[in-house]
Amino acid sequence: MRHHRVLRIISKLLIPFIMLFALYVQFHGDFGPGGGFQAGVIFASAFILYGLIFGLENVRKVAPPAVVTRLIAAGVLLYAGTGYAGLFGGGNFLDYSVLRADPVAGQHLGIMVIEFGVGTTVAATMITIFFLFAGRDR
Amino acid sequence: MLQVILDHYNYWIAIFLMMVGFYTVVARGNLVKKLVGLNIFQTSVFLLYISMGKVTGGTAPILDDRFQVYSNPIPHVLILTAIVVGVATTALGLGLVVRIRESYGTIEEDELDLADGET
Amino acid sequence: MIITLIDIILLTFMGATAFAILRLRSLFAVVMLSGIYSLLAASMFVSLDAVDVAFTEAAVGAGISTVLMMAVLALTGERERLPARTPILPLVVVTLTGAALFYATFEMPAFGDANAPVNLHVAPHYLKNSFAEVGLPNVVTSILASYRGYDTLGEVTVIFTAGVAVMLLLGGRKGDDAGIKREPADDAGNADSGDDDDRDTRGGAA
Repeated sequence: MRHHRVLRIISKLLIPFIMLFALYVQFHGDFGPGGGFQAGVIFASAFILYGLIFGLENVRKVAPPAVVTRLIAAGVLLYAGTGYAGLFGGGNFLDYSVLRADPVAGQHLGIMVIEFGVGTTVAATMITIFFLFAGRDR
Repeated sequence: MLQVILDHYNYWIAIFLMMVGFYTVVARGNLVKKLVGLNIFQTSVFLLYISMGKVTGGTAPILDDRFQVYSNPIPHVLILTAIVVGVATTALGLGLVVRIRESYGTIEEDELDLADGET
Repeated sequence: MIITLIDIILLTFMGATAFAILRLRSLFAVVMLSGIYSLLAASMFVSLDAVDVAFTEAAVGAGISTVLMMAVLALTGERERLPARTPILPLVVVTLTGAALFYATFEMPAFGDANAPVNLHVAPHYLKNSFAEVGLPNVVTSILASYRGYDTLGEVTVIFTAGVAVMLLLGGRKGDDAGIKREPADDAGNADSGDDDDRDTRGGAA
């Protein structure tokens, strides 16, 4: 689709806003609708749009598959690591109250970190799956 | 009578959707169509759960001083994660479909049975 | 009243879309309709107060799923063949199951009943105390990430596993990995590589 000028220009204009919106959804999920799951999917859709318009080899330069596959595991590890941080802080597994002196502040921090982990895993998984399906030779 | 219909309409549609999805999975031979049917089945379960959590006159469970009645947030949590897990499993199913197509040259169930000598 | 009307219209549209998906033969149209179906479901979830769910369904069902299905259609072809025989047994099974479930709905609490058992157990505790305990206005996020954080860890692991599984299935180049293609030959101990001619003879023999 590289020859369609309208698609190229519109998607170039849209992609930064899609990513910004994903970050908004990610970090505003505590107060309004949203969170890691939705943000991850929206963030991945920015890369998928880029891949559809500019071709797979170009999006692979922006998001190298080696990095993206490692991010899948990194998100899960970040989540589980937060759980262990609670454990070492003297609480139960995934108990965020002990992460800070004030339990509510600790909860807030813990939720933000694990939501980020969720978002990372979801986004990286979706991008990887898209790469694999789109890169399959017929 | 009208009250009975209004009280159960969501459940009935959820069951209808579930049965359409079920029928698509068991009676259609194309593997992609089966996966779409599975998605319809899945969404019908989502609809059933969310319908059960709805409270008349309630609002979305985002706390604010201006509201007193909220819908039940627990089904929302369960279904929220189920949707993302659903797309991950759909992607896995589609991956299998692609591999089957590459190995057998078809994604129609009866032709696959024929190829495996199971007719 | 107007909300009820919107609900009924959206639900009816969902039913009609699902039926059209069942009937259509062009898989391209089926995939497009399944995107529309997801969008209708998302609208329905907004009307049922599940804004987080609606958000997810719109992004996942109408967005990513459709893209993935299109990518697969490009690899597998977009026509569905007519089944050889009219399937009677599935229709009977589906009708009976549907009838049983329909009968069971009359025992369900009425739609929107605040005193339904599902609304009485832990939900009131979350709605009343989660702001003091977790400090977030969005109760769904509080439950998802804090009260039921263990659950969500499991879900993230499932997504991780699905990603790894798709990588295993499609990661190698076509035909040059030890995949499904060569397994029948190894098991049967003959040189049958499963290309078109061999399949016909095997099918005939059986």
